[in-house]
Amino acid sequence: MATSTLPATKPASRSSIGLKLLMAATGLIFVGYVLLHAYGNLMVLGGADTFNAYAHHLRTFGEPMLPYGGLLWIVRIVLLVSLVLHAYSAITLWGRANSARSTRYAVKKNVGSTLASRTMRYGGLALLLFVVFHILHLTTHTIHPQGEQPTPYANVVNSFDKWWLVLIYVCAVLALAFHLFHGVWSAAQTLGLTSTAASRARAKLVAHFVGALVATAFLIPPLAILFGIVE
Amino acid sequence: MKLTLKIWRQDGPRARGELKTYAVDDISEDMSFLEMLDVLNERLNAKGEEPIAFDSDCREGICGMCGLMISGEAHGPEKTTTCQLHMRSFRDGETITVEPWRADAFPIIRDLVVDRSAFDRIIQAGGFISVNTGAAPEANAAPVPKPHADRAFMAAECIGCGACVAACPNASGMLFMGAKVTHLGELPQGQPERAKRVQAMVATHDGAGFGGCTNIGECSHACPKGIPLDVISQLNSDLRKSASGRF
Repeated sequence: MATSTLPATKPASRSSIGLKLLMAATGLIFVGYVLLHAYGNLMVLGGADTFNAYAHHLRTFGEPMLPYGGLLWIVRIVLLVSLVLHAYSAITLWGRANSARSTRYAVKKNVGSTLASRTMRYGGLALLLFVVFHILHLTTHTIHPQGEQPTPYANVVNSFDKWWLVLIYVCAVLALAFHLFHGVWSAAQTLGLTSTAASRARAKLVAHFVGALVATAFLIPPLAILFGIVE
Repeated sequence: MKLTLKIWRQDGPRARGELKTYAVDDISEDMSFLEMLDVLNERLNAKGEEPIAFDSDCREGICGMCGLMISGEAHGPEKTTTCQLHMRSFRDGETITVEPWRADAFPIIRDLVVDRSAFDRIIQAGGFISVNTGAAPEANAAPVPKPHADRAFMAAECIGCGACVAACPNASGMLFMGAKVTHLGELPQGQPERAKRVQAMVATHDGAGFGGCTNIGECSHACPKGIPLDVISQLNSDLRKSASGRF
């Protein structure tokens, strides 16, 4: 076989590691966001006044330096840019991985990896679909099985007294937890923070803790509403 | 032992390949996997059939030539190379599928033999240190702290067999490259070229058609030398820091 003398084509920023760094950095932005979002959701346990005040406060946050709803729009723009970059790098690397093995094995065992790690791409696509549904449901109210509601609290409570809507959200939260189990540790590894066995074990522990924490915090409000603890 | 073998047969790089089934008996469980294939080849020869082409060299687990995908696991079910895998690791009557490493960066030459020279090109791109020729330098001139020496030796255990690429769902060569970057990066002699090394190796790796890493860990599990995932973190860290050159 002849040795290829072709010059390397990709600069470091667009190398597979550069794309992974992009995915890790934007992923950590999402982790920060879901932690805050999950915390905010718990306000529903405080009753109508607490939750409605929280929803109102989100929009007046930073006034008068920011316009009404200014913070929300800043967060939305940051999230949208992160989403585009996260998905772009994921899809580019997915494509490269596919062309790196165009002939599959007849028999292949996965013995050294977790199910969470092998389902990142499909889980990510599922989460993307859910995010679209979630925005159409509780942000724009385009989909409103709960009917037109006067307050954010009524909107949430009258949504999650429907078992099938709770089921969709529970599935999405479990998919998110699964994505975080691998994603948080993977981000640490990609950023090069896990160069010893101890730091690797620590990163995995943190990933499991973050995944479990986010899942628990997200699951409490809809389940509490479904079972009538919050009315 | 009696075995049913499904072995990938392919006449040449561009030929269409297929899995062919061979029944073998009278196999001793003390044979290595390669000796079992030798026996099969002798019988094929005696029948006037074309023997199965596979790679092997040292047959003592240190050269990295003999990679085979055995029933879906690189180098088979034990943590060792194919030459050091013995038939006692299999059950009597078992069906074993034998395939070559599957990666577009490792094109098949014939049957189970693949061209792993993409690894050589990665080494040519940066897996070296430059030293002036002449008298050997005084041995104690560049002291190496024990933990650094140990880690360099651990990474230097890599024999470049390609099991990491074979086991990786993305056919990524990051464990191999991480081992080289860690090995040289731990030593004082590796420092002057550290930034250039990681950039050139990563660019060559990507250019050769290997996939990216998703940190799932199949590579490390398949590695006959047990190179840990730490080295990929080191590789990522070195690439991230290579822009500033401050490691």
